[in-house]
Amino acid sequence: MSTLAPPVPHDLAQVRPLRSRLMPYALLAPAVLVTLFIVFFPMLQALVTSFYDLVLWKPNATRFVGFGNYIKLLRDPVFWTSLGHTAIWIGLTVPLQMGLGLIAALLLNREFPWRGLARALVIIPWALPSVVIALMWRWIYDPTTGVLNDILLYLSIIHTTVPWLADPQLALYAVIATLTWQGFPFFAVMILAGLQGIPQSQYEAASIDGASTWRQFVHITLPGIAPVLATAGLLRIIWVANSMDVIFVMTGGGPGYATHTLPLYAFIRARQNLDFGYGTAIAVTFTILLAAIVAVYIVRTLREVER
Amino acid sequence: MNKPSTMRRILTTDIPVVLIILLAIGPFAWMILTSLTPTAQLSATGVSLSPAGWSMDNYVRLLKQTSFLANMLHSLIIAAGTVILGLVVSVTAAYALSRFRFPGRKVVMLQFLLVNMFPIVLLILPLFVLFRKIGILDTHIGLILANSTVAIPFAVWMLTSYVGAIPRSLDEAAMIDGCSRLQALQRIVLPLAMPGIISTGIYIFITAWNEYLYALTLGGRNVRPVTVAIQTLIGEYQIEWGLLAAGGVVGALPATLLFLLVQRRLIGGLTQGAVKG
Repeated sequence: MSTLAPPVPHDLAQVRPLRSRLMPYALLAPAVLVTLFIVFFPMLQALVTSFYDLVLWKPNATRFVGFGNYIKLLRDPVFWTSLGHTAIWIGLTVPLQMGLGLIAALLLNREFPWRGLARALVIIPWALPSVVIALMWRWIYDPTTGVLNDILLYLSIIHTTVPWLADPQLALYAVIATLTWQGFPFFAVMILAGLQGIPQSQYEAASIDGASTWRQFVHITLPGIAPVLATAGLLRIIWVANSMDVIFVMTGGGPGYATHTLPLYAFIRARQNLDFGYGTAIAVTFTILLAAIVAVYIVRTLREVER
Repeated sequence: MNKPSTMRRILTTDIPVVLIILLAIGPFAWMILTSLTPTAQLSATGVSLSPAGWSMDNYVRLLKQTSFLANMLHSLIIAAGTVILGLVVSVTAAYALSRFRFPGRKVVMLQFLLVNMFPIVLLILPLFVLFRKIGILDTHIGLILANSTVAIPFAVWMLTSYVGAIPRSLDEAAMIDGCSRLQALQRIVLPLAMPGIISTGIYIFITAWNEYLYALTLGGRNVRPVTVAIQTLIGEYQIEWGLLAAGGVVGALPATLLFLLVQRRLIGGLTQGAVKG
């Protein structure tokens, strides 16, 4: 595309139309070329790799297996476990983040003297590196010295220490709690912006008509922030589905397969056994499943861009 | 002021807000307390809540016994490199997308939106193979390119909306006065879009600084950014929580401070798109 921008003589009428027609392409070229090279080309490569039996440390044994990896996948119990965990993972984390975010936003939208400070502080989890968050929560969850057990024991909610991350029944939910904590500020901030877009006059009119706070919430607030909830929710589903760094550092997918989600399983397969053929097949499958949600988001966004 | 309503405000607003804030910053505050408690005391009596038991012991060990400063430098190079690459290629693209209507515009916009959604796991494996082939595995440029997979699409979208908000009549007026397109971009649009460019750049910096999986997979030996280095602070036989916490605090500090510094404008930009929907 860069060849489309030849040095153009400085005049005139005849040259200009062609020049201005090519101008946008020339301006776009760098971004598009870099993206092609580091995203679309590797992506294509991944698709091709998924049809091969490719283990990175024995390159000579590489052979074409067609849909072999995908057939193997359907028979792989860990794949199905991971798929189930991914559903729980998304199904719990996103609503929890949204709920907590909504509560935070409603509170932060009220009038109080230190509102600016509160709004800045609430976003801190969002700015922390995932690794730090994961390690921090491992420390909080630690079965012998962790503060969570201390607090719960002190309040007599539990009577013996709980190994949050070592218990296969609990580990996934413990990680979900961490991810909820990491992600709720995002919702709070988005919803807060939505709340500020609702005209105050609507509330005034409603309270003159005698509507209760709850009815105002249901009939004014919720419809007012519905578009924000939808957009932020979709974005978060995609983000949460893809996110695996926190789980990876907190549990590494364990104990056993108790906290495997699909992207994590793909990553671990490729990383531990350097089994890139099978790993990318899992990743591609996951991407195809995710594509449905992405499609909804994109249709929404493009409608927006059309304006 | 009238007392009852203040009381009521405190009960219904201030106290719940305090609880939410405690929830949000509690874990990180706990980590700071942990980092201030010397290791010996940590295993004997636990985290020290009173300043009397605090010391900079863990931080001193972090700086003296580990290569943490070098890791910070790696992170800085990578994050700054990503900002530069991301912004340079995105500014002109954003200008093109917001000022011209041309065949293929929608496809290009769709492409950048789509890229943002791709699972990192699908990219990380082929990028590893690609980088190994061209010999940039475990180099700064490799990690800058990898981080750009996220940074460029993001920057293009953000900047397109920022540039779109600048009235077209301004650059048209400049062109009537004899500026070329590129001069109009450089003299009129760039200065006006500068706040947007700066917040986008800061956001890219934070994301690249905090990035972990690319750094672990595509770097890690010669080029080891803080996020990867923090994990290596886990001791050989038992986890050294004090040291680890100090590493976590120092590693998180640059991004967090930057974030607090610009949060208002950053959030304005990020939420703008969603709210209009």
